[in-house]
Amino acid sequence: MSQPVYRRNAGAKLGMWLFLATELVLFGGLFLLYAVYLARYPHEFAAAGREMHLVFGTANTVILLTSSLLAAMAVTAIQRDERRTAVLCLGGTILCATVFLCNKYLEWSAEIGIGNYPNSPRLTAGPPGESVFFSLYYLTVGLHGLHVLIGAVLLALVAVRVQQRTIHAGNYALLENSVLYWHLVDLVWIFIFPLYYLLL
Amino acid sequence: MKSATQPVTARSFWNDTGRTGITSWIFSTDHKRIGFLYFYSVLAFFLVGMTLGGLLRIELMAPGRTIVGPQTYNALFTVHGVVMIFLFIIPAFPGAFGNLIMPIQIGARDVAFPRLNLLSWWFYILGAAIIIISLFTGNGPPDTGWTFYLPFSERTSTNVSLAVFGVFIVGFSSILTGINFVTTIHQLRAEGMTWGRLPLFVWSLYATAWVQILATPILAITLALIIAERLLGAGLFDPGRGGDPLMYQHLFWIYSHPAVYIMILPAMGAITEIIPVFSRKPIFGYKMIAFSGIAIASAGSLVWGHHMFTSGMSDTAVLVFSFLTFVVAIPSAIKVFNWVSTLYKGSISLEAPMLFALSFILLFSIGGLTGLILGAAATNVHVHDTHFVVGHFHYVMFGGTAFAFFGAMHYWLPKFYGRRYAEKPALVAWALMFVGFNITYFSMMLLGVKGMPRRYYDYLPEFAPLNLVSTVGSWILISGVIVLLANLFYGLWKGERIGNNPWGGASLEWTISSPPPTENFSEDPIVTHGPYDFSKAGMP
Amino acid sequence: MPTEPNKEQVVSYGKLTAVWAGLIALTALTVWVSQVNLGVNRVWGPLAIAACKGGLIIAFFMHMRYEGRLLRWVLFVTLVTLAIFIGVTFFDVLYR
Repeated sequence: MSQPVYRRNAGAKLGMWLFLATELVLFGGLFLLYAVYLARYPHEFAAAGREMHLVFGTANTVILLTSSLLAAMAVTAIQRDERRTAVLCLGGTILCATVFLCNKYLEWSAEIGIGNYPNSPRLTAGPPGESVFFSLYYLTVGLHGLHVLIGAVLLALVAVRVQQRTIHAGNYALLENSVLYWHLVDLVWIFIFPLYYLLL
Repeated sequence: MKSATQPVTARSFWNDTGRTGITSWIFSTDHKRIGFLYFYSVLAFFLVGMTLGGLLRIELMAPGRTIVGPQTYNALFTVHGVVMIFLFIIPAFPGAFGNLIMPIQIGARDVAFPRLNLLSWWFYILGAAIIIISLFTGNGPPDTGWTFYLPFSERTSTNVSLAVFGVFIVGFSSILTGINFVTTIHQLRAEGMTWGRLPLFVWSLYATAWVQILATPILAITLALIIAERLLGAGLFDPGRGGDPLMYQHLFWIYSHPAVYIMILPAMGAITEIIPVFSRKPIFGYKMIAFSGIAIASAGSLVWGHHMFTSGMSDTAVLVFSFLTFVVAIPSAIKVFNWVSTLYKGSISLEAPMLFALSFILLFSIGGLTGLILGAAATNVHVHDTHFVVGHFHYVMFGGTAFAFFGAMHYWLPKFYGRRYAEKPALVAWALMFVGFNITYFSMMLLGVKGMPRRYYDYLPEFAPLNLVSTVGSWILISGVIVLLANLFYGLWKGERIGNNPWGGASLEWTISSPPPTENFSEDPIVTHGPYDFSKAGMP
Repeated sequence: MPTEPNKEQVVSYGKLTAVWAGLIALTALTVWVSQVNLGVNRVWGPLAIAACKGGLIIAFFMHMRYEGRLLRWVLFVTLVTLAIFIGVTFFDVLYR
């Protein structure tokens, strides 16, 4: 296509933001359900919220915020043609993602261990609102975790390309757009955290 | 402007890439080839859906069992709906004619993301394959209706999860097309192609693309939730465990109502292209048509509850949704007024594209007005879940979108094949379709008002005569479709050759050769007039 | 590299770190608010803070502060659409 680089980049960025819009609406459907069921079961949601592991949730929030910082720094680094810094920042982001997922694994093991999982005997016997809370929790956080995994893999591929100089100061749309995707993952968690962990 | 016919060995996108064979098609990133991949795929699924519909009508021809039992009947109407809606109507205009025509109409060489375009077709095919597999494995095809309402779709042992997963994959195709088209229309318009000079087909695709982007993800999450109910027992819509079945319906229709605007908006866009050309008159009210498309897309996101009036929603919601439904009718009516005003004092020629366009206006209007009967809460109570609804949506989806699609086939396919169809058989086909269509579906509306429910395997004897009439109508309709396709494709493959501009259109696709070269334009065009400025267009 | 009229904005490491510090502070605030402040504000308070955090991420990490009208429009239309989907559903849920 006979177009200058900046026009092509603007096109790629627009496309990426439109894709992020679809992700926002995808999670929005789950938040819609949350809103409706919170209105219906305020006490059960609060009770279930108190059972949640605040330490895990807060730690994961801080981890994801830090990962976002590192990802944003990677973009600045590539713009300044600082290849090593960019790779290090991306590596840091991926490390944060890994820690997040490990935390998630530990947290879910604990929850499942005490019988808090969709359609468990404990939840089926308990108040209906509590069962709804946990089903929504697992679906939302599970979908989010899937996006963390996808984002981390994507950033790993990008990091390899930065290392190989395929991505550089004159051609970094893929890096920029992958980082945008990562920020979205962080954004969704920022809303998951208060709704599921801070509802006391 | 020259109107030369191409010599037999002319180079065009069919043969100028240097690659041949099936891989040059299924791995092509040329929007025209992708457009044809979509075109033949959606057409094939239309024929599948039409066959299923024909079988349904044979079963309903008389009370009691005619050719199938009740379980098969339930599966038939479910699969008919799933195939027609997800594999034909939703992808047809954006995937086929959007891809074929839009980049040329804006003066571009291709869409913004050609590889993503190819990927969107591959998602479509993958999803379609999964849906087809779901018909023949497990406990057989789903029997829930295309709407997959919970809790029944959780309890039925039929292959709901796999079918729903197939639809989920097809949804990605729609989303990618939407993203591609919005970006393309913003970024790749030729010099001088201002928003005010865009063909209205492009405007309609733009509005449609926004709906594809913003509504389809809700379908994705809804389908995922069905699978979560079946596989994990999430219980979010199970009243026994605190869930609310109405929440499923809300989520489902939040997508599926805007989806009908994905179906109709580009169809209206195609009609808006055909009518001025065959009236030799610029479109009346360009701005109003452009903005009414945006208005339909916007307001259409507010009305989904009109599918749920009798479901147990609050009265407040019923009032709100009913009011908003009447509001969304207004921009559609504006389009109808503008089309008719375009015809007024025009120099009208009744060739096949124009016949389909004119019948579109009538059939869509009937569908739209019956939609208002359904949208008024009081009358809805009487006709909800009856054959009145079935008649209504076939008027808008078949008499509307599909008729526009057939008109667009006659209008635009000659450009890509460099040949045309024979006009007289096309008129016969149209007449058979028009008469057959109205007999088939008007009968249904009468049946619905008389009280015949939809999706019931059997019915009371008093409904038998009209059911027989409807089935005979379906045979006339199907014969019309067969004549249409036979005539059209014979013409495209072996018919009389045409030049650049057989219809005298003024938009950019008529300035390039028939068929066009892969790069569309030898030089990037510079646009100096609007797309309905017939004083500047070459006459055929 | 050709001269580019729409040159990408470079956000300094310092500015990014400052935004991050703000985000951490807001996180601490939202945890504190939820522990201390029970009652009516237990949903809207943390949600408002979350919206601020989201705003910071969108504006600075995602560079929206430096982007043109089109991208802002995309985000705005998306959020309004989501608000409509949720809000109009409540016409049903609230009045049953």
